[in-house]
Amino acid sequence: MTTEVGSETEVKKDSEQLGPDKAKDNPEEASETPENQKSRETPSEEAQDSSSVPAPTSQSSPSSQKKEKASPESKGISRFLPPWLKKQKSYTLAEPKDETKKRTTGEQQVVEESECQAPDRIAQPQKSLEEAAAENQHNAKADDKEEKHSVSSAETQPAKEDGKEREVEKVAKEKEEKQAEKEKRETKEVQTAEIKTESIPQKSPKKIKTVQCKVMLLDGTEYSCDLEKRAKGQVLFDKVCEHLNLLEKDYFGLLFYENSDQKNWLDSSKEIKRQIRSLPWIFAFNVKFYPPDPSQLTEDITRYFLCLQLRQDIASGRLPCSFVTHALLGSYTLQAELGDHDPEEHRSDYISEFQFAPNQTQEMEEKVAELHKTHRGLTPAQADSQFLENAKRLSMYGVDLHHAKDSEGVDIMLGVCANGLLIYKDRLRINRFAWPKILKISYKRSNFYIKVRPAELEQFESTIGFKLPNHRAAKRLWKVCVEHHTFFRLVSPEQPPKAKFLTLGSKFRYSGRTQAQTRQASNLIDRPAPYFERTSSKRVSRSLDGAPMGISDQGLLRDFPATGGQAAGDKIIDIEAAGQAKLKEGGREEDGSPVKTPQLELTQDGKVESEEEEAQQKSLEEEITSILFSKEGFRAGTGGPFAAASVGPAEGAAGEETAASAAPPPQRHATRAEGPCTGVSDADKSSHETLDIVEEKKQAEVGIEETLVVDETNKGKMQVATDAGETCKVEHLSKKDSSSLPSDSSSSSSSSESEDEEVGEYQPHHRAIEEVIREEQEEEEDMKKKEHEEKIQHVEATPEGSKLNVPVEHTQVTAEDLVQENAVTIATEEKNLSEEIKQDLGEEKEEEQLKLNGDVSHVDIDVAPQIICCSEPPVVKTEMVTISDATQRTEISTKEVPIVQTETKTITYESPQFDGSAGGNAGVLLSAQTITSESISTTTTTHITKMVKGGVSETRIEKRIVITGDADIDHDEALAQAIKEAKEQHPDMSVTRVVVHKETELAEEDEE
Amino acid sequence: CRQALRRAPGPEVDFARAEREHQLYVGVLRGKLGLQVLELPADESLPDCAFVEDAAVVCEETALVTRPGAPSRRKEVEAVKRVLESLNLNIVEMIDENATLDGGDVLFTGREFFVGLSRRTNQRGAEILADTFKDYAVSTVPVHDALHLKSFCSMAGPNLIAIGSSEAAQKALKTMQQMSDHRYDKLTVPDDAAANCIYLNIPSKGHVLLHRAPEEYPESAKVFEKLKDHMLIPIANTELDKVDGSLTCCSVLINKTSEL
Repeated sequence: MTTEVGSETEVKKDSEQLGPDKAKDNPEEASETPENQKSRETPSEEAQDSSSVPAPTSQSSPSSQKKEKASPESKGISRFLPPWLKKQKSYTLAEPKDETKKRTTGEQQVVEESECQAPDRIAQPQKSLEEAAAENQHNAKADDKEEKHSVSSAETQPAKEDGKEREVEKVAKEKEEKQAEKEKRETKEVQTAEIKTESIPQKSPKKIKTVQCKVMLLDGTEYSCDLEKRAKGQVLFDKVCEHLNLLEKDYFGLLFYENSDQKNWLDSSKEIKRQIRSLPWIFAFNVKFYPPDPSQLTEDITRYFLCLQLRQDIASGRLPCSFVTHALLGSYTLQAELGDHDPEEHRSDYISEFQFAPNQTQEMEEKVAELHKTHRGLTPAQADSQFLENAKRLSMYGVDLHHAKDSEGVDIMLGVCANGLLIYKDRLRINRFAWPKILKISYKRSNFYIKVRPAELEQFESTIGFKLPNHRAAKRLWKVCVEHHTFFRLVSPEQPPKAKFLTLGSKFRYSGRTQAQTRQASNLIDRPAPYFERTSSKRVSRSLDGAPMGISDQGLLRDFPATGGQAAGDKIIDIEAAGQAKLKEGGREEDGSPVKTPQLELTQDGKVESEEEEAQQKSLEEEITSILFSKEGFRAGTGGPFAAASVGPAEGAAGEETAASAAPPPQRHATRAEGPCTGVSDADKSSHETLDIVEEKKQAEVGIEETLVVDETNKGKMQVATDAGETCKVEHLSKKDSSSLPSDSSSSSSSSESEDEEVGEYQPHHRAIEEVIREEQEEEEDMKKKEHEEKIQHVEATPEGSKLNVPVEHTQVTAEDLVQENAVTIATEEKNLSEEIKQDLGEEKEEEQLKLNGDVSHVDIDVAPQIICCSEPPVVKTEMVTISDATQRTEISTKEVPIVQTETKTITYESPQFDGSAGGNAGVLLSAQTITSESISTTTTTHITKMVKGGVSETRIEKRIVITGDADIDHDEALAQAIKEAKEQHPDMSVTRVVVHKETELAEEDEE
Repeated sequence: CRQALRRAPGPEVDFARAEREHQLYVGVLRGKLGLQVLELPADESLPDCAFVEDAAVVCEETALVTRPGAPSRRKEVEAVKRVLESLNLNIVEMIDENATLDGGDVLFTGREFFVGLSRRTNQRGAEILADTFKDYAVSTVPVHDALHLKSFCSMAGPNLIAIGSSEAAQKALKTMQQMSDHRYDKLTVPDDAAANCIYLNIPSKGHVLLHRAPEEYPESAKVFEKLKDHMLIPIANTELDKVDGSLTCCSVLINKTSEL
């Protein structure tokens, strides 16, 4: 039908205009003609549209319209559409459109063109003859055409051409009706004219760019609308839900496909354009989270859409079920769609029009019919409910499958569902990780990792890795996991990590409502049950059979996400815990800010333990990070102390650095090899690189202990509190509060959280449990540490009291951003593995307890003249010296310490400004780059990050300098030199923080 | 049909006594519980043919005729298959020559399947089972130190797994618990062999449990006796026990009335 129309119109145009150009234009015109007609119409006529004209229906669902064009039979569909659909369409139309028609129409046109062109060409030669005939036909078919036109118009330019189109349509209709033949020509002419006019204005007023979106709906129809080009996903999703009259929309989402089988969920919090990139603006409305108990949905219409989804899933084979189940579900579908079985009306064939199974047999249809008869009296809503009650028990209900390989390269499937992660080999479930068992989810490159809570008799957490086909697949899986965990297991979504300076990993978090929230919200729904018609199954079945709807067909059918399972009570508990944790955090933040002011923070008595623990934990985190970063980072089951701390993106750069040094005994080995510094730097680099790629703009995390940061803000602390992931850390934090080094802890956590696109981490649970475990494990260490700490305390005491006076060796470093690490001996770390080291994690302030002999690290900063001297003669576990106020001059000397073999020292110098609250603002990352240079004994890594915060742009340069060597090297001098150079390089910048992290191995020899 | 079979060297089977025990077993099912019992004729060429459980897995309307892991038992399935066909079940045969599956390795909990991967049952066999019963999750459980998965466990109630106390049994239970979305209650009995019992839910009689007699496993019997809601029927199985035969081995339960 449509083709005819198109050809006719074109023909007429051609005849009228006779331009060769038109031949080309024709296709477009054909598509546009409807629009033109609409545009012509006057507003007054609009009223007619809705009321008198059949067109409105067509308008309501563009997709249906297309179908109608394709096959006259389909016309009927539009009529089936519920009235509200129509209304909505009018809505969309009403919206202002600008130009962009070309784009929007582009796709459609393509389709239409294919249809229209052929006829056009043919038509042209015969123009005159056909015209006459066409006119006649038009007259005869006037009504039909009108409908068609309207339809076609709607399709082509669903929402864009608001008033105009409608008007045109109306006009066209009227004209057609009244003046039949002539008017048609006229209208066509007019249309062409209009088109031109439109095109012209379009170009000029480009200010508001709109793009046409198509959304394949679950009933097989297509919805299209115009969106502002920079619109976020939420805008489109809301439009679709409005169109569907759907309130309980949190279970649903929009999919787009790259390639045919890679489906991605449109993130509603981000711009569509940035997500789909060059892909066409075509989406599929699908169930994203399959409610484990559909009976708890509030509205029948929601259940209806869920049914539609499941029918698709079943018919496509994505949701396998037995013969009997196919038949039973099919029979409920019939009952819902057709009502009671009527022997008169429902003869043998009536079932074949539906598709119930991928391989539907006669036998099955007979069984369906037999069962259908038994459902007599069930209302459609009841039939849907019964359908869902049976479907939800299927083992693959709500399971979103992803192809992967296990560590041995064996093909497996990872299934994400409401309860956790399922591992399948072929059709067999070979393992299962419930959400409560999973401590952390992360991905790096094409690897996907889960860290699992230790089993009853096991001591260590284990990390299990899977190989995904590619990086994007790994990220996709990770995101699905994050979303499912949040939706089904949390009461409220986590806050995405805030902007951080150095960020590794994705900041992605689920931003929608959780199941708990959506249930709560849906309890408030107060409207009469919306009217909707269940006429779709036939079409759906057809679509499934063939490949009815473009993308959606294949792509959709293949896989989709499912979330099944049952949200358990546990979750609630966890959530509560989280809540508490948050509270604690909040409290801690307050504490934290004050803490920061103290310039030297050393571990103190009672607090020591907690600090240590924290430190340990941090170290653990660091370890993790280090592991992650290590190129082969795959870790098999020995998870040792993974850092629970890292909340989502636990791999903060800082953390990493520390990790290297701090890495807990078991895992250290990995890190050591390169010395802490290098490892860290690598990590950083990677993160930065990723940053560019990342869509997420906020990134600011610095957790670099050993790094000197110029203009750097220490936001990490504050940030920590906010992150959802942090909940896990909460305990840590709280502990920290008590301890003297709150800032540290916070910083550490922040560092841990940073994410990358390449790397993403997510820690689903609160770590309380983990901590406990760790604590136990580490008790011994702690004890030892305590001893050390006591010693240390003395040292510390001095600094606090006077704010820092330590006579000892001073190294003055004038530099903006330098971090010195003296990794004299890497080997030391190894030695110490068992006990000693817990280092700083978070960026600046953490301490580790290492036994040191006197090592000294000196840092002087020109800008803020400060001299920090640490001489540690005797023994010091680890010292963290933090100077928060740059302006203050401080000297820190640490002396007297018993004896220790290895020492790790971190000194942080930071300017006050950024401390504390800075985390609050997430700036917008403009750019980030990392440069690394190496010399014989020095490795310098420079991060340059430009951020915009509150209208002020800020450039931060963070340099990490790793000085490696043995006693022969004068580290102080090297450091001084490095700082000096840094200053020279950036004369106009100020140094906000200097962190010196020193690791020395005294070992038996007692040297340094 | 119960004669010398494959087994680890052990005490000789008292054939007459085994016969009596089996008669009792059938008598309980048929007489006491009112079940319709279809007895297959014994085939002396197939010494293990008494253990019909291994030859088929029946769930709802579908019967999977297995391919037993022991080559000497492959022919047993033919007789079983004939009977199942007569019951109008949907028959699925395990044709794949790489697949082996003994019904004794299949534990159906009512919600899902667990398939023991033992010397008798392999991954491929489990896959075919999964393909046959698509509605249900099928999880694999490694079985060591036991003939079958159900050598040390079975269902003792709608949501209750009876499990032995051996290390192998407990390990398998842990695996099953981890793999399942559902939480089962467990009934731990001291003796692995006693953990194999037969649970029936008969409309007129409620929960019925056939378990090993106190004379055989007194401690385990005490545990069973604590089940208040069950009709408990102790059954001795001393002779077949010697050839690795357990209670469930000797029957296939089918929830269907036969017109035969």
